[in-house]
Amino acid sequence: MKTYLLPSIKITVVLLVLLSGLYPLVIAGIGKFTPGQGDGVTVTYKGRVVGYANIGQKFTKDQYFWSRPSAANYQADAGAGSNKGPSNPDYLKGVEKLIDTFMVHNPTVKRGEIPAELVTSSGSGLDPDLSPAGAGVQVARIAKVRNLPAAQVEKIIADNTEGPVLGLFGPSKVNVLKMNVALDELKK
Amino acid sequence: MNTEILGVIFMYLAMVGLAIPLGKYIAKVFKGEKTWLDFMAPLERLIYKLSGIDPTREMNWKQHLKAMLTISVIWLFYAFFCLIFQGHLPLNPDHNPGQTPDLAFNTALSFLTNTNMQDYSGESGVTYYTQVFVLMFFQFVSAATGIAAMMVVVKAMKDKVTDKLGNFWDFLVKSVTRILLPLSFVVAVILAFNGTPTSYKGKDTVIGLQGDTVHVSRGPAAAMIGIKQMGTNGGGWFGTNSAHPLENPNYLANMVENISIVLIPIALVFALGYYLNKKKLAWVIFGVMTVGFMSMLIPSIRAEIGGNPAIAHLGISQPGGSMEGKEVRFGAAASAYWGITTTVTSNGSVNAMHDSMMPISGIGQMFDMMINAFYGGVGVGYLNFYVFIIIAVFISGLMVGRTPEFMGRKIEAREMKIASLIALLHPFLILVGTSVASWVLVNYPNINWATKPSAWLNNPGFHGFSEMLYQFSSASANNGSGYAGLTANNIFWNFGTGLVIFLARFLPIIGPVAIAGILANKKFIPESAGTLKTDTVTFGIMIFAVIIIVAALSFFPALTLGPIAEHVSIK
Repeated sequence: MKTYLLPSIKITVVLLVLLSGLYPLVIAGIGKFTPGQGDGVTVTYKGRVVGYANIGQKFTKDQYFWSRPSAANYQADAGAGSNKGPSNPDYLKGVEKLIDTFMVHNPTVKRGEIPAELVTSSGSGLDPDLSPAGAGVQVARIAKVRNLPAAQVEKIIADNTEGPVLGLFGPSKVNVLKMNVALDELKK
Repeated sequence: MNTEILGVIFMYLAMVGLAIPLGKYIAKVFKGEKTWLDFMAPLERLIYKLSGIDPTREMNWKQHLKAMLTISVIWLFYAFFCLIFQGHLPLNPDHNPGQTPDLAFNTALSFLTNTNMQDYSGESGVTYYTQVFVLMFFQFVSAATGIAAMMVVVKAMKDKVTDKLGNFWDFLVKSVTRILLPLSFVVAVILAFNGTPTSYKGKDTVIGLQGDTVHVSRGPAAAMIGIKQMGTNGGGWFGTNSAHPLENPNYLANMVENISIVLIPIALVFALGYYLNKKKLAWVIFGVMTVGFMSMLIPSIRAEIGGNPAIAHLGISQPGGSMEGKEVRFGAAASAYWGITTTVTSNGSVNAMHDSMMPISGIGQMFDMMINAFYGGVGVGYLNFYVFIIIAVFISGLMVGRTPEFMGRKIEAREMKIASLIALLHPFLILVGTSVASWVLVNYPNINWATKPSAWLNNPGFHGFSEMLYQFSSASANNGSGYAGLTANNIFWNFGTGLVIFLARFLPIIGPVAIAGILANKKFIPESAGTLKTDTVTFGIMIFAVIIIVAALSFFPALTLGPIAEHVSIK
């Protein structure tokens, strides 16, 4: 045991300096040259930071695109999923309630048109995106509240939609915060 | 073909395409041949010099184990101390408190053993000091220890009768400087440019567009995520792991992370082939692993894309599949793919909440961890597979009446006993653990504990049982993922899974290393007409059969009570 004790301690200290000291510092140095300088990418509106591009926000007012439901209530220092199992009866009742709420606020939308993402919560509780379909079913409501032509709202969705990587891999998505900033910018 | 499926196919092909040359490279590193990373040599010499180590001193298998266990004990105490007193240590901008002793016990063991089960949340349960100087440090060295252990076994297979099995420190350091650090660096840089934070700044407070105040946790996450994936560790910077939008910002980042999860485990299989000059054997092993992997993957992707029948029943549409617990930027297919890749390896990071996935996916994920050898962990996964090979050689030798030999050595009663004990340890730990938990829950639901057993589960019925079964499977497989609905941060679970994690790491390393060491000392028998060939498809089928029989017989009853029953009953 003694033969191994001293080298063990020494190599631990040396590797700590290399792996925990230097390596993350070098990454942090490189991070200075990334969008957001390694602090996270923010979104500004009228010169004020209104959030992080990658962190979803709670939107419940009718004039905004709603974000997905969140088990963490969009607390970005305590993200969480619901962890409800697919067969849990209480969970299914909760989904039913979310469907009802959505239909009350969006009377022109038929039940079968509501995509599941709008009544289920994300894994992180901080999902910043919707699918284009999830944004599309909200157009009629927003256009009515804001007194805008539907085409203008649809254009905001189209402008903010990001397609698959290289046009080939993964789903399309649209950032909720960016769409809502674009909506507010129309007011000027 | 739709872009979600295409993304999954691309990830798999890219991973295999990278794993083959990487395997060749790893073999060169351990053979001591020239590679393009030789500029690391002065750094390695400096490390040896400062630590007072002679990397050329050959060790036998017992000396290897002594070195590994000694340094593990030191690491364990260091981690335990830091986690308890982290509130008083530097680099704590969010002023997080120290961990309770039972949580620190669980966390220290969990990261020491490459498991990374996290009963805390990264945002509030640890500090930047413990994340970087304890947890991330362990992510490097535990993976390196796994590779070192595998190299002992592989080296023992290579040389004719020998006691000299290389130097533990040399294997450890080279695994870090030549494999883990360069690859983690690449992943970390890619993530940084896609939006993962790298700076040491603490929480930010912003007022959102709608007027709500939000606190955003940050920190030098990119560096840790690189090694978390490359080292099959899986422990995330943030509580929701790679589902968190800063930890895994977009589909490109997701592809890079997911490829990293399986890359080194598969590369090591090919490295074995190049190192021993037995490429056919490597392909047989890879083939068996791939058949097992695909048979879990395809049903899971189908189930997640198909959506939840109980949600369909409510009359809404599921164009993106089952979305509870999933992120829009990844979609159902990539979430299912991640779920299977993270459990066939011993990684355990998640990009969607497994607790909310379809029961078919649950069967796949749990079965992956119960078998624990399809692709496996960095190094250790191959050791589990080695145990199955030894058993398969012995059984098929008896069946066809030939001497059971593997790589020119006779397999006899002593090796067979060790292999059987190791193969049986895993079901024993999972099933006994789950039974004890169920027994306590049923008989003492309201016992006077800080967390009453009746508050453990987040879901009723079959799914609730699955939460407990999953937790012990994950602990014993050193995986670390979880059905996160389980309330695990309390004495019962912290201590119970901590103990399982410990036993399930060190015994399965000691066993195969001992077998390999004993075999290496035996007389070498050249191949003859009487030798059972191990690098054939027939033998591959034999290994597969042994794995399925051992796993299916031990685990099928438990799976029936959990995910299988849920699948049959969900409407």
